[in-house]
Amino acid sequence: MLRNFLFSALLLSVLALLGCEQAWNQPYPKAQAGDKIIYSSFAERPKHLDLARSYSSDESRFIDQIYEPPLAYHYLKRPYELIPNTITQMPKVVYTDHNGLETDAKHAAYSTYYFTIKPGIYYQPHPAFAKNAQGEPLYRFASAKDSAAYQHFDDFSETDTKELTAEDYLYQVRRLGDPKLLSPVRGLLSEYIDGMNEFSQAVSQARQELEAEQGAGAWLDLRTIDFAGLEKQGKYQYSIRLKGKYPQFKYWLAFHFFGPLPVVVDQFYHQPGLASRNISINWYPVGTGAFMMTKNNPNEAIVLEKNPNYRADFYPSEGEAEDSENGLLLDAGKKLPLLDKAVYRLEKEAIPLWTKFMQGYYDRSGIGNDSFDQAIKVGGDGIHLSDEMQERGISLEKSILLATYYLGFNMLDPVIGDTGTKAERERKRKLRQAIAIAYDQQEMISIFTNGRGEEGMGPLPPGLFGYQEGQAGINQYVFDWNQGEPERKSLSVAKKLLAEAGYPNGRDAKTGKPLVLNLDSTSGGSSSIQNWMIKQFAKLNIQLNIRATDYNRFKEKMGNGNAQIFQWGWLADYPDAENFLFLLYGPNGQVKSGGSGVNASNYNNAEYNRLFDKMQLMEDSPERFNIITRMVKIMQHDAPWAAIWHPHSYVLNNAWVRNTKAHGISNTLLKFYDIDLPKRELKQQQWNKPVLWPLVVFIAVLLATLLLALWVWRSHQLKRIAGGR
Amino acid sequence: MLAYIVRRTLYAFPILIGVNILTFALFFMVNTPDQMAKVQLGDKHLDAQAVQVWKAQRGYDKPLFVNSQDNSQGLLTDTIFFNKSMRLFVFDFGRSDAGRVIGMDISERMWPSLALALPTFIVGIAVNIVISLFVVMFKATRIDTTAMVICVGLMSISAIFYILGGQYFFAKMWHWVPISGYLSGADAWRFLILPVFIGVVSGIGGGVRLYRTLFLEEANKDYVRTARAKGISETRVLFKHILPNGLIPILTSVVVVIPSLFMGSLLMESFFGIPGLGSYTLDAIQAQDFAIVRSMVFLGSVLYILGLILTDISYTLVDPRVRLS
Repeated sequence: MLRNFLFSALLLSVLALLGCEQAWNQPYPKAQAGDKIIYSSFAERPKHLDLARSYSSDESRFIDQIYEPPLAYHYLKRPYELIPNTITQMPKVVYTDHNGLETDAKHAAYSTYYFTIKPGIYYQPHPAFAKNAQGEPLYRFASAKDSAAYQHFDDFSETDTKELTAEDYLYQVRRLGDPKLLSPVRGLLSEYIDGMNEFSQAVSQARQELEAEQGAGAWLDLRTIDFAGLEKQGKYQYSIRLKGKYPQFKYWLAFHFFGPLPVVVDQFYHQPGLASRNISINWYPVGTGAFMMTKNNPNEAIVLEKNPNYRADFYPSEGEAEDSENGLLLDAGKKLPLLDKAVYRLEKEAIPLWTKFMQGYYDRSGIGNDSFDQAIKVGGDGIHLSDEMQERGISLEKSILLATYYLGFNMLDPVIGDTGTKAERERKRKLRQAIAIAYDQQEMISIFTNGRGEEGMGPLPPGLFGYQEGQAGINQYVFDWNQGEPERKSLSVAKKLLAEAGYPNGRDAKTGKPLVLNLDSTSGGSSSIQNWMIKQFAKLNIQLNIRATDYNRFKEKMGNGNAQIFQWGWLADYPDAENFLFLLYGPNGQVKSGGSGVNASNYNNAEYNRLFDKMQLMEDSPERFNIITRMVKIMQHDAPWAAIWHPHSYVLNNAWVRNTKAHGISNTLLKFYDIDLPKRELKQQQWNKPVLWPLVVFIAVLLATLLLALWVWRSHQLKRIAGGR
Repeated sequence: MLAYIVRRTLYAFPILIGVNILTFALFFMVNTPDQMAKVQLGDKHLDAQAVQVWKAQRGYDKPLFVNSQDNSQGLLTDTIFFNKSMRLFVFDFGRSDAGRVIGMDISERMWPSLALALPTFIVGIAVNIVISLFVVMFKATRIDTTAMVICVGLMSISAIFYILGGQYFFAKMWHWVPISGYLSGADAWRFLILPVFIGVVSGIGGGVRLYRTLFLEEANKDYVRTARAKGISETRVLFKHILPNGLIPILTSVVVVIPSLFMGSLLMESFFGIPGLGSYTLDAIQAQDFAIVRSMVFLGSVLYILGLILTDISYTLVDPRVRLS
């Protein structure tokens, strides 16, 4: 009887599970099945979603779908091209002198950018826009007690929208100048936007007075404070005036920093009690973009849904030559966005992330070092997807990141830097050159990054204006041009340079002591990489001492100029040579700027600096190209960096993902992506059928163990009874 | 007993103040407020004024323990230590250095931690007791020896091996459960079943060995021998006499852990993507978010002290001979 009952229960359970439409390992709610959703993951929770504060890529990937700056990058065209986003045409730039009279670019004391917004753009539904019968904001609270009923953002049941106006853009520029908001670009923009410094000071003063009167956290209407460089010409027209000329400003206009934020939203979030419930712009962004954030639980998932009020925006109909072949123009002219929703789930560990991608539960994935061999096949004819990936229909999206990583020398260091008499400086330069020849960066890329990167000849990554390919672009101090390819100079050249530097065979010519150099590193590097680095220096009999330290100590050493050799990197803000060449501009030196400069090597060459000053004010032209070339040659001669590399990005797309193309700068890509839903559902079912035999074995073993235990127990008892008798 | 509880609670205050002083001293020995600000503000385009504003907004512009510029009451009260510590005693954790309200974060993350820790804890104890009783039944036989060898084997395996092995077979190869993730509500069980199973299995080795020792100690006592001599069946001896008395040390050893269940499991939560409190502290240390670190250390200390008090109380409840005074 019991046996029959157990068997029936087991059979019913298995049948019930088999009858489930959803796979057992489906990690998403059943309710989401059938929606056009793209599934992705994030490893680091976004800290700030305020468009004034957010800067990291962990944050941009979300908020760049929500906030719309006036300019954007064309999705498909390369080299990267700026296009109007929410404005009718590219901003008109007018140059004026100190008297306000129009002049040419060369003599400009001010440059004013004029914008005209497209009418009829509306924000996502949001409670800040909800109004009562009198047309006043519905949610207004005099005290924290009044707002106590609204413990969570979802408690605000009423929403509405509003049209995008010039005032919203201007208000956000004011916010960038508010010191309280700690915008990472305030310092930089204050140098250029007319009146921003004065505005910042006035805001600090006004806030102090307001808080003394109304208490901490009182809302300050930034419109009440004068900002010389901003002007509203009409409902849809505004201008921003810059001091002098700053051609790179156009790129900043494609950043979310210059997106719109309505006053009413700022006022809404500053109401008493809301901040203490985490209801703030930092957590619930509001924009006009293609998507809106409907769930923000970074401990679990972040969800972006299609903005029902999104403007008329269409998939591009032009691109690069191969885009058409790759099917990237099939949706040309279709209204964006193409997806209903994007779900990003917290995924900290690499193994679950990769497994879910292979099970079809993530649509896209990067390739970790552990999974590289499973995903990629490296042959004589280059890099291809493995057979397994090809069978699954997975595609590989390769791109060169607009980033530069390098092994740098501290040019203030007495042993290896640009210090001392002219002769000493020349000797030290030769020492650096010798190390640059010996240090085989390409080998490092092959061994430790599976070949995902390329050795750089200068600070500029490929694809930027000013980058030179081929023989013209090689670092002639480190490479020779041989049979159409750069070839690293031989070690004998490096050893000769080392001897000329005063260290024949790696020993000080005067004292005979071995040359010991120190590399400061954060503790993250693996010992195999460190051993490899030691071997590179050992080629010249130089002893490399790796001083592992925590990040704070490392930053401190860099800021004080106490490091000797170090590794550093830079990811582009915008696709302009200036954004890389400024990494070696003297006034940007870390020590000179008290630790805030981007020139980690503290390199300072008067000619380089002079050329940089000239180049940064120029539009792209043959003359600018020549100046950039000259700057790179100076840098190659002085060798403030021993090795340079530009990483490649590899992303895998499952067969049902469409319209993906890597973009080195823009994060506003989600609206172009599409999913072939039936294909995904079919593949998910095929790839995730539960394997049942282990379950049967498991239950059988369990039952057998129980029965055996029972039998042994009974025998034991019987034996005891028999013994007792 | 009430006087005892009040006295123990009052003893807790100097302990907690000591814990806070240690936390502050250790954290600020390796992180200055300037460094904390730089980590929070990021490297790119960092300006010195922003660092100062960040510190002022969070009260890190004051001296750490002693404000020598203030000769009156502010000497000790107008300091980072006083301002940040005293509020903890009323469980006002304030905001994280990144701006989030820590109390809300804790209340949100506590539930997934509990959802994982509680079943693991209860099922684990039940399984360990059942197996250890079974082993005790066959004491000094080959079954007992074999079981102990298996237990030592289970104890010797790293927890990470259990996790990776479990994920590989149950999630990756056999597709029985999602490999990681979490959904709140009714769907949560699908994500919890594997970590709970692994948590229980990985605890069997140690648990069974401990409980077996406790039960064997009881089994060798005079009253058990008397019961057997009276002819009571072995089953009755085991369940009526050995089990209830053996549970006393088990109960008192597990009560101390109960409050800490809120704090979650770092390893399980990280590998299975369960958004609990276990990874909250580690993330905060990595992000140098001192506000969260000090809150979690304080909370951990409070819960530990609470666990010890509950243990003392549980002694009096299960053993009438013990009286608190």
